[in-house]
Amino acid sequence: MKVVIQIPSALRALTGNTNQVEVEAQTVGEALAALLELYPSIGRYIFDDQQRLRSFINIFINDRDIKTLNGLETRLKDSDRILILPAIAGGLSRGICKYI
Amino acid sequence: MSDLVQREVVKGSNYTSFTMEEIRRYGRHLIMPEVGLEGQRRLKAARVLVVGVGGLGAPVSLYLAAAGVGKIGLLDFDEIDETNLQRQVIFSTPDVGRKKVEVAKERLLKLNPHIEVETHDTLINSENALDIIREYDIVVDATDNFPTRYLLNDACVMLGKPLIYGSIFRFDGQVSVFYAGKGPCYRCLYPEPPPPGLVPSCAEGGVLGVLPGIVGSLQANEALKLIIGIGEPLIGRLLLVDALSMTFRELRISRDRNCPVCGDNPTIKELIDYEQFCGTRVSGEALDAARNSITPLELKKLLERGEEIQLIDVREPVEWEICRIPGAKLIPLGQLTSRLHEIDQTRKVIVYCHSGQRSALAVKLLRELGLTNTYNLAGGIDAYAEQVDPSIPRY
Repeated sequence: MKVVIQIPSALRALTGNTNQVEVEAQTVGEALAALLELYPSIGRYIFDDQQRLRSFINIFINDRDIKTLNGLETRLKDSDRILILPAIAGGLSRGICKYI
Repeated sequence: MSDLVQREVVKGSNYTSFTMEEIRRYGRHLIMPEVGLEGQRRLKAARVLVVGVGGLGAPVSLYLAAAGVGKIGLLDFDEIDETNLQRQVIFSTPDVGRKKVEVAKERLLKLNPHIEVETHDTLINSENALDIIREYDIVVDATDNFPTRYLLNDACVMLGKPLIYGSIFRFDGQVSVFYAGKGPCYRCLYPEPPPPGLVPSCAEGGVLGVLPGIVGSLQANEALKLIIGIGEPLIGRLLLVDALSMTFRELRISRDRNCPVCGDNPTIKELIDYEQFCGTRVSGEALDAARNSITPLELKKLLERGEEIQLIDVREPVEWEICRIPGAKLIPLGQLTSRLHEIDQTRKVIVYCHSGQRSALAVKLLRELGLTNTYNLAGGIDAYAEQVDPSIPRY
């Protein structure tokens, strides 16, 4: 299946500012693996050490959260749109900067 | 759903009458059957707390005041600085240095003297949150950080209040209404925040000045709808705004039965330490980072002594164009691992970014990859400009 993965602006620094990529995949997991092959450094933002989806990242297929479908095993249809949606917050935590 | 929301929001409020002047002022509301005199009364009886008087809080509070929301609470501990003026349209240049809540209160009362504005010049925390929020019907999340966002979410779930959420980054915005018992809460969507520094913030990634205007206006719209009891609130829906492609996209979000706050068997029943939860308190990791950092004055001495060091700038090219430390090499954070060979490992490596967060992450990464002679410039180029070289522009 040919699907489009949309990259949020928060992660575009890791994809050379590309905002979407087209990949061939049968499942969401395969699609993300294909994305990681193109942009390896995005991997640690999306998956933890156990290769589980990080808790501040949501993956949607069209308008549905994959948590309510079959997770990374969710099957894809042609021209599905996959969206990576990290938690975002506006400002700078000043507290931290004092220490680093 | 709207009727239900409406009754709860104005529960216990005293219905008030209007003066001739108010009737004239609110005329454009009053002639719409969806609002009318009844809707305007509900607005006057409503109490809305706006947490964060910045990019989002500015349009939210202006529109709520103009619409005639009877009591508006403004919560912020900060003062106005020049970098706020690019988007925080409630403030003016002569206001720089003054308290945000004071200036905003003056402005709102000038806009509408028929309302009440209460200021909370404080940092909201686990000790004061429930007492503050209890006095309001609706909370608007116009904050810019994760600890406050999770605190507001949990407090609103515990008190059964609707939370109107907005978030912005660069050209992207998110809006939703979290209302426990009627839909998901923020934790159902994001159980945990990202570790500090992993996802860039607006201060590092920037934000288009008009974006908080769009997102804040959408939040104000949701507040008015909830109060009046009309339309379909954004409960169970997450609205994404992309100001660059000018597209809106709606995602369905569901309550998580295992949510630690609003799930079937909640494990968080009272407010927790949110700085610790979000990792923003000084952690072991932060202390490690502190040990692996040098101050701007130490860097100045190293440069003056002509020591063999390599300065790596991990900001983005657009930031590099604004300013740089002489002698530095630009390798944006996202390219660090692929351009590792460009770093001379025989020399001491000093990494900097704008304020020291991204570079701390870079130092951690480089040290893990074996470059143990790597240090972070604490406070970044901003602190260096402030303390060492005033000819470097600050942004």
